[in-house]
Amino acid sequence: MSISNQSIMSEPSESGRFGEFGGRFVPETLVPACQELEAAFREAWADPIFRAELDQLLKEYAGRPSMITECYQLGAKLGIRLVLKREDLNHTGSHKINNVLGQVLLAKRMGKKHIVAETGAGQHGVASATAAALMGMSCKVYMGAVDVERQGLNVFRMKLLGAEVEAVHSGSRTLKDAVNEAMRDWVASVESTHYCLGSVMGPHPYPWMVREFHRVIGSEAREQCLERYGSDPDFVVACVGGGSNALGIFSGFVDTKARLIGVEPAGGAAVGRGQPGVVHGMRSYLMQDEYGQVQEAHSISAGLDYPGVGPEHSYLASIGRAEYPTVTDTEVIEAFQLMAKTEGIIPALECAHALAWISREAPKMQGKTVLMNLSGRGDKDVGQMMEILG
Amino acid sequence: MISTSLTPLEVTLRAKRDAGRKLLVPYVTGGLKGWTDAIRAAAANGADVIEIGLPFSDPVMDGPIIQQASQQALDDGATPISILEGVRTLDVDVPLVVMCYYNTVHHAGHERFASQLFQAGIVGAIIPDLPLEESGPWCAAADAVGLATIMLAAPTAPDERLPRVCARARGFVYSVGLLGVTGERTELAATASLLAKRLKKVTDIPVIIGVGVSNSAQAVEACKVADGIVQGASVVRRLMEGGPDAVGAYVAEVRAAIDASTV
Repeated sequence: MSISNQSIMSEPSESGRFGEFGGRFVPETLVPACQELEAAFREAWADPIFRAELDQLLKEYAGRPSMITECYQLGAKLGIRLVLKREDLNHTGSHKINNVLGQVLLAKRMGKKHIVAETGAGQHGVASATAAALMGMSCKVYMGAVDVERQGLNVFRMKLLGAEVEAVHSGSRTLKDAVNEAMRDWVASVESTHYCLGSVMGPHPYPWMVREFHRVIGSEAREQCLERYGSDPDFVVACVGGGSNALGIFSGFVDTKARLIGVEPAGGAAVGRGQPGVVHGMRSYLMQDEYGQVQEAHSISAGLDYPGVGPEHSYLASIGRAEYPTVTDTEVIEAFQLMAKTEGIIPALECAHALAWISREAPKMQGKTVLMNLSGRGDKDVGQMMEILG
Repeated sequence: MISTSLTPLEVTLRAKRDAGRKLLVPYVTGGLKGWTDAIRAAAANGADVIEIGLPFSDPVMDGPIIQQASQQALDDGATPISILEGVRTLDVDVPLVVMCYYNTVHHAGHERFASQLFQAGIVGAIIPDLPLEESGPWCAAADAVGLATIMLAAPTAPDERLPRVCARARGFVYSVGLLGVTGERTELAATASLLAKRLKKVTDIPVIIGVGVSNSAQAVEACKVADGIVQGASVVRRLMEGGPDAVGAYVAEVRAAIDASTV
């Protein structure tokens, strides 16, 4: 192999580039904050005391390591060995807690007093509110008005946890606009506030830092697969909105022969249909019109309703190391029910995208081992599904 | 040391500044109803430079008023091309610059965009989400056609950064008046004069305060330190509420106030 897999998914370049993607396209006001954050993360990540503190939180508070579960019924039905990485079993119900515990611990170490965050489905908002409550910081979460509507349960959870939830009424009133509003807040509050970005996106160092905080998913899964099956999986599959759960699990397998599959919603296919663009601080694939106006994504799942994608995904796609197929909302609704009925697990709608792809492509993967990141549980989606399924 | 190759914009602004005039830079969102007449009105009532916003879907440096104006312009079908076509018909003798987000530039391509601006008679560009470290490719394209890249300097910048920002600035340096996004405030933030002072210490290029300079009294206050002021949300609000004539009247009022204070 000519490309050294060792170098893939390590540190980005000095300017925060993964190949030609990434960078730091922020207003001057935020440049010093990004530089400060980069230095603080670099220093903390190399500090055994910080690492031990975070590991302890991940173990005793989040409940790591998360298990792997083989889906015997569903596997038999599809003709594959289907293995789930159970991030849905973490405290707060998704992988988001890994990143948030890392960032809030870091923010505290940096002497910040307040946390701002954006959220789509509400999982990152809930996780941020949780970590802020735990570590005694105030927390404000921006959430698109459309998402506030369809994720009422998570809105209430955030409030219970002491966070302030601000509905965003600008633009498409979904995740992208929540990011805009969180960035506007941060521009005004940067001296006392840490922006707890919820995915592997944004300006350098976020894409790198958030991926490192989620690396634990892939590291554990690699070890668990080896222990359980004596080999690496043939496929590693995860849903992709911004792409944090996918990079977390990919990081454990990028140097194996496993095919890495990031499943995007058909209505939010940044890699599949986008062109390189710059928004939210990064250069990456982006759904945009002929003049560079960012287009609205449309997905049944609030967490994937995002027209961009983390820059490292753009890089992995550009070098052919990962693939980014799409699935439709209809396929997702099928997959959601399939997992509930055959395995007794209600997946988050986001993760149902990964299963939808697996279930569609299973005839081409007969006898193979497929590891899927079940990045969140579906309780939050039950109300919405009740309406859809009547 | 003054470079021998000053952009035309900077030559004009330095001359006015050195003659004792404070520089008034109204901002108008391109494509917003009445925008071309608003520019004519601003030019006729004492503007020294006019900043034309190219509306973007995700304006992260803008507060509610300019967000709303941008959205209206986009809903009415404004594009960078249609706005530049409108610019060609303006026939005003005040230098015109654009304010646009970087994806508009990136999507068109640096050289192509610089040449489109130049051909429409635009003499400078302000790109608020393109910081110093990422500005190289755009600046090269802009320099090549003599277009001034107006750099922004922020209150959060450490001392060592300001001379580097000023060294890369052409035309004038945009001194960001506060920690926050565009919009009207009841008072001029203390950071506005502080940053302008810090900039004046390290550069001879005109220093103009923008973001949060909301009325003629604040303009006068800002001009005690700075070489001039940008009037953004206060102009755009008047255009939306009262049309181009209201813009003309407001620009005249600010002009009179800052002129009176420099006598």
